[in-house]
Amino acid sequence: MSTLSLSAKPQRPWQPTFKSLIPDILGALFTAFATLAIVGISPLKGKLGFVIVLILMAVITTSVISWIRKDRKAALNSTSTVLVYVAAAFVIVPLASILWEIFTKGATGVSLNIFSNDMSATASDSPLTEGGLLHAIVGTVYLVLIASVVSTPIGILTALYIVEVKGKFAGIVRFFVQAMSGIPSIVAGLFIYAVWMIGLGNSYNAGAGAAALAILMIPTVARTSEEVLKLIPNDLREAGLAMGATQWRTVAMIIIPAAKSGLVTAVILGIARVAGETAPLLLTIGGADGLNLNPFSGNNSALPYYVWKNLGLGSEIAVQRAWLGVFVLIVVVFIFFTLARVLGAAKGSRK
Amino acid sequence: MSTTVTAPKPTPAPREITTTPRFSDKVFRAVVTAGGLSSLVILGMIAFFLVFNGFETFRAEGLSFLTGFEWADAQPEEGLAASYGVGAMLYGTLVIGLLALIFGVPIAVGTALFLSYYAPEWLKKPMVLIIDVMAAIPSVVFGLWGYFILMPHAEYWAKLIHKYLGFIPIFDMPANAFSRSPFIAGLVLAIMIIPIVTSISREVFAQTPLDRIQAAYALGATKWSMIKAVVFPYGRGGVVGGAMLGLGRALGETVAVYTVLNLMYDIRIEVLLSAGGSVASMIVNKFGEADAPELRALMAAGFVLFLVTLAVNFIANYIINKTERKG
Repeated sequence: MSTLSLSAKPQRPWQPTFKSLIPDILGALFTAFATLAIVGISPLKGKLGFVIVLILMAVITTSVISWIRKDRKAALNSTSTVLVYVAAAFVIVPLASILWEIFTKGATGVSLNIFSNDMSATASDSPLTEGGLLHAIVGTVYLVLIASVVSTPIGILTALYIVEVKGKFAGIVRFFVQAMSGIPSIVAGLFIYAVWMIGLGNSYNAGAGAAALAILMIPTVARTSEEVLKLIPNDLREAGLAMGATQWRTVAMIIIPAAKSGLVTAVILGIARVAGETAPLLLTIGGADGLNLNPFSGNNSALPYYVWKNLGLGSEIAVQRAWLGVFVLIVVVFIFFTLARVLGAAKGSRK
Repeated sequence: MSTTVTAPKPTPAPREITTTPRFSDKVFRAVVTAGGLSSLVILGMIAFFLVFNGFETFRAEGLSFLTGFEWADAQPEEGLAASYGVGAMLYGTLVIGLLALIFGVPIAVGTALFLSYYAPEWLKKPMVLIIDVMAAIPSVVFGLWGYFILMPHAEYWAKLIHKYLGFIPIFDMPANAFSRSPFIAGLVLAIMIIPIVTSISREVFAQTPLDRIQAAYALGATKWSMIKAVVFPYGRGGVVGGAMLGLGRALGETVAVYTVLNLMYDIRIEVLLSAGGSVASMIVNKFGEADAPELRALMAAGFVLFLVTLAVNFIANYIINKTERKG
């Protein structure tokens, strides 16, 4: 007695067979050789010439092959496919270059002393082993902390106003907050300068810089919180109200706890957005070479400011310091960025 | 069994159902409303303080503040009054903004198409991550990178463009100065706006109705014909809006532009020449040694920049919201 062994092999007729791939492979080989040949013979030189010829050859070869095998429409389709892939590749190139340069130029200067020294006793062109970033790191911590303390309540209240209270002006507020996220950072700096320095007669300090950053942070916090609150299922709200809770109790004891990690993500995203802002700081914190532990009095520094200053000094060592500052700044920004993504991903599955 | 008749419990008085909120809710709503409206208040205050501080400049210069090319402090010993005009800088800002769009939007839209319709599954997530990381890079980093890394390459490209296309007026070169040109500033800005244009375009592409896409394929369309016939008509508004949001960012960008652009109070059409303008960069440039009248002029310039970017953002968001609601 034979057992019935009919295990039909799954067929995939839509998948390309080796035979159907031959023209494509030949085309790719032709493209590569033709590019090398043209770059070798013609006066076009360097990476730029190579890239241009490669793109042109890829477009021409795939189009011609499609045209011969099928028709004009297929040729057009191949052309656009190549161009779309090229566009995506063009996005990766600058980012890869930026990260590579920061790492190679900045990471070399990292040592323990940059976290324990400031620049008050160090000339900008003395070697990197002297002086450090302490004042800038402390300044950035102050700026970020104060800006978060100011902008978190406002941002979350704005989101609550739009999603929970649904007030008369909810539409307008939403629209303006959207537009507010496009305010140039320099304008926020000018505004704080007008109020804080001209209006109130104070001098530069970290608090003023933090106020400018808070203005830039509010829209990010508000818009992300709004998205988060919208994800909370309406059943929860109705359940709260049906139990006889007031709206205040529903929001405070059901909605906010349910949305907590999302709201934290919103704040962290806001921090990542403003931690690297430079322009408003140029008008508000005054800049300092020494450590200043008082955020509300006296000039202060910040990582972006440190980079800016050393870039302006222009000497070789100063530029190295600028790269070092950028490296530390990028690490800080990416830590917040990663935190936001990890926390966001934990809740993201609900979407 | 004795039956004791207990008096029936008094029925509870019917609860009064009211729509007037409790006291706690009133407080809650007042606080939330105050918080919600504070963004509007901040925006209003920004406009007010900038106008208030720049008022004298607006009064003294009138419309010529917008059209004038000159930015000169008063020189009493020579009997010259101060003359402030942001015309050249506004023009320069628009030029680099447009260049950024010309370079950035095709790449951004191409990337959005790639992510929506071309990319293999495994590549989508890393690619989205790359776009997000790009959006998170601070502008001072772009400035540093643009100046030291991109500029040498970009100068070489500019020379090539001038050599082969120099007969077109905008690629002409009156002097041999290729560095820190609007062309380079446009390149840096293009990289900076690619993330936002890409993500907005991707959002609207994702809302293209699936049945229409499938209908196009069922009629025998190639991928490109499908995109041309379904995706583009449907998402056009979103792409335009995303590009305008990018333009708004580009117009307001300060630090990166300041680093890679040579400011010149002149209107020139040659984009490869080392002479350009940007209102935001000018503010940083002049702020350091500004006296009181010049500071007022800078406030006025800031107000102009504020209005322009706010208007661009309003229009952009209006278009995007309209497109997204269609879905």
